Amino acid sequence: MQKYRCTVCGYVYDPQAGDPDNGVDPGTAFADVPDDWVCPECGAGKDDFEPVDA
Amino acid sequence: MDQAFQAVPITDRVHWVGAIDWAIRDFHGYATTRGTTYNAYLVVADRVTLVDTVKAPFRREMMARIASVVDPSQIDTVISNHSEMDHSGCLPETIAAVRPARVLASANGVKALAAHFGDLGCPVEAVADGQSVSLGGLDAMFVETRMLHWPDSMFCYLAGENVLFSQDGFGMHLASCERFADEIPGPVLRQEAAKYFANILLPFAPFVLKTLTRYRDLGLTVDIIAPDHGPVYRMDLDWILSLYAAWAAQEPTRKAVVVYDTMWESDAVMARAVAEGLSAGGAGPVRVLPMRAAHRSDVATEILDAGALVAGSPTLNRTLFPTMADVFSYLEGLRPQNLVGAAFGSYGWSGEGVDRVADALKAIGVDIVAGPVKVRYRPTAEDLGNCRAMGREVAEALVGRVGSG
Repeated sequence: MQKYRCTVCGYVYDPQAGDPDNGVDPGTAFADVPDDWVCPECGAGKDDFEPVDA
Repeated sequence: MDQAFQAVPITDRVHWVGAIDWAIRDFHGYATTRGTTYNAYLVVADRVTLVDTVKAPFRREMMARIASVVDPSQIDTVISNHSEMDHSGCLPETIAAVRPARVLASANGVKALAAHFGDLGCPVEAVADGQSVSLGGLDAMFVETRMLHWPDSMFCYLAGENVLFSQDGFGMHLASCERFADEIPGPVLRQEAAKYFANILLPFAPFVLKTLTRYRDLGLTVDIIAPDHGPVYRMDLDWILSLYAAWAAQEPTRKAVVVYDTMWESDAVMARAVAEGLSAGGAGPVRVLPMRAAHRSDVATEILDAGALVAGSPTLNRTLFPTMADVFSYLEGLRPQNLVGAAFGSYGWSGEGVDRVADALKAIGVDIVAGPVKVRYRPTAEDLGNCRAMGREVAEALVGRVGSG
């Protein structure tokens, strides 16, 4: 599954891991992450993320 | 006999207990031509709280200023609004000396302090965004300001004193014996505030705008803004708040900046010809910055309120001249928005330099609207005419976007 990187702080969202601390289960594709989810590191919105091959 | 280093009262219960660094001229790549201060504050309520510490070599100065008000061992709480070492450098030693009951930091701050220092030997507690904590007859409210300019950054507001500890926000690198902004000449404040914003906060401009909105929405009564570098604001707070709003919005102006370096003066004369064209085309002011004479942090400051960036480099060993690689890398990190620009350069035989300039400008986010101009060895009159024409074309594109003012 496609990983996405925060262009503000570099945090990488890995769909396999999800973001369980913030209610996103492992296995959730980035497109399916809620629109109001923010980067757990710096608070940037989904709009600030770009696909990345990491 | 008075101790040499005294605290400076800010309000009845808040004292400045920081340190003045007159000598520093390089602050992680930022040329601090006027030195700086590391501001720490002592809040003396029913309990004693220390807000941030100072860079490690200045610990004694801070401790002396604290001791002029209270016995330092009375410090009950240390608030860490930001874990960067100009503010946390002597935190471990301070904790060891005064044995506070706890350190308060944001959730990201708790992680960052542990990553910097390991076990500090006292509880480090996370405070949530919007949480209030009693300092003994006085409440401190914490407002997370992530990415202004680190993930751990936060403000702290004292309602009982109407003081906002803004950490690096609204700060500037300026050493002075005068502690308040109204005691410093206006042009100096303006210049250093702009330089600080351009070099430290520019990449986070959208976060600055969000924070300013949040600040207004919170409707706090703030009489004093106390940053962690530079003077404290106790009058006309709107001055710095409206400057931040303008800088963060990054509306382009007709100002144009030309940045270059040169090996045998070809790029120098080309830069001057470009500047002539920029002026003739309606750009203004026009600033030309030779990288052998300008520091990257001053280039960033010039770009803060500019609408155009034109850059030139010779080709050295098939690539950019190294000073240009330096400033391009730096500017890419700062992400200035809404710039138009163009590339130029001289070369001997392979000429990759100019293409690299164009690539670098694009990586910075500049919209290339003219050129490039490439010149072999030494520019002819026709080459310089092309440089002028390119400058003119950039200026006309800029004026088209901004209006002729």
